[in-house]
Amino acid sequence: MCEVGEDYRASAPEEPPLTRPGREQKCVKCKEGPPVVVIRAGDAFCRDCFKVFYVHKFRAMLGKNRLIFPGEKVLLAWSGGPSSSSMVWQVLEGLSRDSAKRLRFVPGVIYVDEGAACGRSPEDRARTLVEVEQVLQNVGFPSHVIALEEVFGLPPSVLRCFAREPESVGTEGAYKAAVDSFLQQQCVLGAGGEEPWSQPRPQGPQSLAGPPTAVQTEALSRLFDSVKTLTAKEELLQTLRTHLILHVARTHGYSKVMAGDSCTRLAVKLMTSLALGRGAFLAWDTGFSDERHGDVVVVRPMREHTLKEVAFYNRLFAVPSVFTPAVDTKAPEKASIHRLMEAFLLRLQAQFPSTVSTVYRTSEKLVKAPREGCAASPPGPRCLLCLCTLDVDSADSATAFGAQTSSHLSQMQAPGPQAEAGTPTTLCCCPGLGGAQGCCAREDPRACVVEQLCYGCRVNARDLPSLDSLPPYILAEAQLRSQRAGGEQEIQAYLLGDHDDEVLPGGS
Amino acid sequence: MGVSCELGFLNMAAPLSVEVEFGGGAELLFDGVKKHQVTLPGQEEPWDIRNLLVWIKKNLLKERPELFIQGDSVRPGILVLINDADWELLGELDYQLQDQDSILFISTLHGG
Repeated sequence: MCEVGEDYRASAPEEPPLTRPGREQKCVKCKEGPPVVVIRAGDAFCRDCFKVFYVHKFRAMLGKNRLIFPGEKVLLAWSGGPSSSSMVWQVLEGLSRDSAKRLRFVPGVIYVDEGAACGRSPEDRARTLVEVEQVLQNVGFPSHVIALEEVFGLPPSVLRCFAREPESVGTEGAYKAAVDSFLQQQCVLGAGGEEPWSQPRPQGPQSLAGPPTAVQTEALSRLFDSVKTLTAKEELLQTLRTHLILHVARTHGYSKVMAGDSCTRLAVKLMTSLALGRGAFLAWDTGFSDERHGDVVVVRPMREHTLKEVAFYNRLFAVPSVFTPAVDTKAPEKASIHRLMEAFLLRLQAQFPSTVSTVYRTSEKLVKAPREGCAASPPGPRCLLCLCTLDVDSADSATAFGAQTSSHLSQMQAPGPQAEAGTPTTLCCCPGLGGAQGCCAREDPRACVVEQLCYGCRVNARDLPSLDSLPPYILAEAQLRSQRAGGEQEIQAYLLGDHDDEVLPGGS
Repeated sequence: MGVSCELGFLNMAAPLSVEVEFGGGAELLFDGVKKHQVTLPGQEEPWDIRNLLVWIKKNLLKERPELFIQGDSVRPGILVLINDADWELLGELDYQLQDQDSILFISTLHGG
């Protein structure tokens, strides 16, 4: 492929390297219709074949993974953008088909208004909301229109992982059995044909609370203004949005959330995550299903559709969408790692049309394997913000990263009794090492929070000068966890266990 | 006024009336206006997408040209549809515009 030398030069033909399909060609599928769109590198499809191709990809993605059980409540995360709008539309069409092939879950839609984080005026936000509600009215699913400001009212429990019910764990047999019993139920209920979501349907979109208060909007703006880099801003926005959606899903009984990430976006996300130090979590961040929250599983049914396909489909079949400016709208190319990666990939894609699909196929091969030797033990502590299993060793004093983090933290701590407790790199309330319980609350709340973060989140946290402006649930949960860890530490000290330095009479 | 003048006139491309539309956030660079009915003046060379882009940059684009145009083409990530068909099928930059054509630019970039 990448050969250097005369062979390559000599074989460069005079005609353009890619055979461009022309208008005089016919659709590659049906060989009849006039082609309207070029998919991949050179396949021209006509309008009808393109529609079949597109819809089939969506249904196949859901069908092949068999994670969504019949009758399950699924929350569609709609951002207003093209991919999620297309996803909502596919669900709408899929649910209204004839009974043999129709989709069988119960949908709801959530839209998060992020205007405060992007610095939009209240009038702009109100205008967008009118359009949003219009679209949601036409779609007809139960909908939740939430402002991002509501993160200030979230409980700390949103950062905890709850185990799923055993029967929803998918095995081949379990899925098939569930589908069969659902079909039988449908027959018994008769050919009423009522959609499951149309029974106690509330009129129109419902919000969790009224419009956000000025205080909350101010607080959110202050939080985002204080973030030093656009990269960290985007990551923080994503984190808060995820927590909010998770909370709504839990409160209303949704066990699945559908996210509209397209192939292109996921390829960019994969590369960006690598650059941000989140390599350990690629499988969860870019895979079809993301079970890090336990009871609520995030699925990505649009992950095989490229943005080009999405844009064409939306245009040809009039799928409504609402464009909302984001934090990085009109930002220059080098403003954030996300923008840079996107520009890099798209530019490469223009010359090598298989770039995005190659990156995507790599992401498909990522496996969620536990660390060696940990298969039997309970899962380790989770990152406070992204809720993935921590990839940093708390007792890490040998590597450069460990030394850097601990020296940074120990600079911020006043030398006190805990400094005498052992090695100079002893950290307070660090799980696994000794420390006075509750000392972090007095000494350094920032250290408390930062060491409960994974590497990627720590790097982002560096761009956040003051953790005080974070929503209270994060700080509360951080405190809770460190107190619990400190408490466990004290109890451990009193238990007779397999300590090497203890001499037990009569042997252990 | 003689025969030679008339022949000279025939060599020029006639003014074209086309509709230029922006979507996916690209409209933000054009004062938020999505549809523009445009009359391209008659000129020596026939109008093609390449010339159209130059014209757009000079006459329609309100700000940040680098977010729309790169070199002599559109920035990667911006799709071009000519009469609701992929421009790759029609020769991309070399497609010659015809009267009443509709050219749509959709940005697929994050945040437009």
